[in-house]
Amino acid sequence: MCGIVGLLIKNELLRPKIGELMLPMLIGMTERGPDSAGLAIFTEPVADNKRKFSLYTMDEDFSWVTLNNDFHTHFGSEIDLKQVANHAILTTDLDVVTVKIWLNDNYPSIHVLSVGQMMDIYKDVGTPAQVAERYNFQKMSGTHLIGHTRMATESAVTPASAHPFTAGEDWALVHNGSFSNPNSIRRMLAHKGINCETDNDTEAACRFLEWRMGEGDDLETALKAGFEELDGFYTLLMGTKDQLALVRDPFACKPAVVAEHDDYVAIASEYRSLAHLPDVKNATIYEPKPEELYIWKV
Amino acid sequence: MESLDLHKIGVRDINQYFHKELPSNGIKEIEIINSAGEHNIAVGIETPCDIDIRGHAGYYVAGMNKNANITVHGNAGPGAAENMMSGSVRIKGFASSAAGASGHGGILVVEGDTSLRCGISMKGIDIVIGGSVGNFSGFMAQAGRMVICGDAGEGLGDSLYEAVIYVKGAIKSLGADAQLEPMTESDYESVQELLDFSGFEHNPKDFKRVASAKQLYNWNADAEQEY
Repeated sequence: MCGIVGLLIKNELLRPKIGELMLPMLIGMTERGPDSAGLAIFTEPVADNKRKFSLYTMDEDFSWVTLNNDFHTHFGSEIDLKQVANHAILTTDLDVVTVKIWLNDNYPSIHVLSVGQMMDIYKDVGTPAQVAERYNFQKMSGTHLIGHTRMATESAVTPASAHPFTAGEDWALVHNGSFSNPNSIRRMLAHKGINCETDNDTEAACRFLEWRMGEGDDLETALKAGFEELDGFYTLLMGTKDQLALVRDPFACKPAVVAEHDDYVAIASEYRSLAHLPDVKNATIYEPKPEELYIWKV
Repeated sequence: MESLDLHKIGVRDINQYFHKELPSNGIKEIEIINSAGEHNIAVGIETPCDIDIRGHAGYYVAGMNKNANITVHGNAGPGAAENMMSGSVRIKGFASSAAGASGHGGILVVEGDTSLRCGISMKGIDIVIGGSVGNFSGFMAQAGRMVICGDAGEGLGDSLYEAVIYVKGAIKSLGADAQLEPMTESDYESVQELLDFSGFEHNPKDFKRVASAKQLYNWNADAEQEY
């Protein structure tokens, strides 16, 4: 199982409401994925010289104030730290690798979920409604997003195994389905120096696409390579800085429904997650075909 | 006409009503509003009646139908009218994968397209598609007729048994053991009959017949088995 949702807002007036519009979509997919949920949301970019780090810790008593002070003491640089529950978005103009190493050395309990100029990632265990409430999804503003509700079938129910997964800056992926050859993909990537952080099959596929795009493939070429190398069932939904993209395996085993409206493009595993959207009766509704890449631009 | 609000009543209670009250309360026309893509709407109905679902339906709408005539005024999710025994189901929009799967009887009409595996393992149902069907439609179809007014995807009629498929448009590829055969007078009559029922205007002369080459299965006729 698992449920996926995507929402791209074309009407600028609705962008402050993207979280509110998305929330019933995510909760509507609870039966498909009750154990974890996650979201990658794209907002206005930070300044060219800055990066946003989405940080997560399982330690509920973690002192973000201490981290903030230590960071300032060490780097002598102001940071902007926005914390919600055990998640925070750290914005800085320091070098990405330097910050990652410092975090890893001083705060090993902190997971860096993503780095980018537009994208924030939230993911955790719990029902979609619980996760959404914990991180206040409803109040979020942005241009586009992808979300996931997970019913784990192949790796543990942990925040790290929840979706989305990232492949580079401002790039995220959610997956409904299962891959049958993640071990051989991981082994192949390990020889190239690319290591996975979890034993999750989706992460292996995500690293595969990251590797292909790092080799110069565009998204379409990378996904075509994926048709050859990734064995299994999948509907993949991806978010980049200015688009959503979707692809289904050749047998279209996993569902997807799209509603294209003048004001938005909405994608979900099932129509019932789209039924509440404003004026959806006037949207063009269709099922994406297998092995075709669908792209919607902001 | 009885109007049932699915949002207020819920799927389980609506189906309980169909199973426990409808057989004896004499009501013959029902509409369901606010369907909102819910799953399992109007499944397992055995009472002759007309049901109009005013909106999109989710998985398995009108599944296991017997005797009822059910219309979805919208799109249907996977497994529409699956395992239907008799009666009729009409989808005004598109139907997702496995529409009419394993149906034993009755007729399923889809006015739009269907996704993959339409009519998989059909066992006597008639299926008429106004649009096109996705890959692997008619897979292991055992009995019944399928009329496709648009195009067919890859692997049409793979491992067919005795079911016959009629296609007006292009066939991307035939599945294993499926072959094109000449249309006979009874084929033209079949297509005309199904088109008339469905309300689609096409010339039966424009349809091709796809049936089993019978190289893949061995059937023991002595045992008087029937499909």
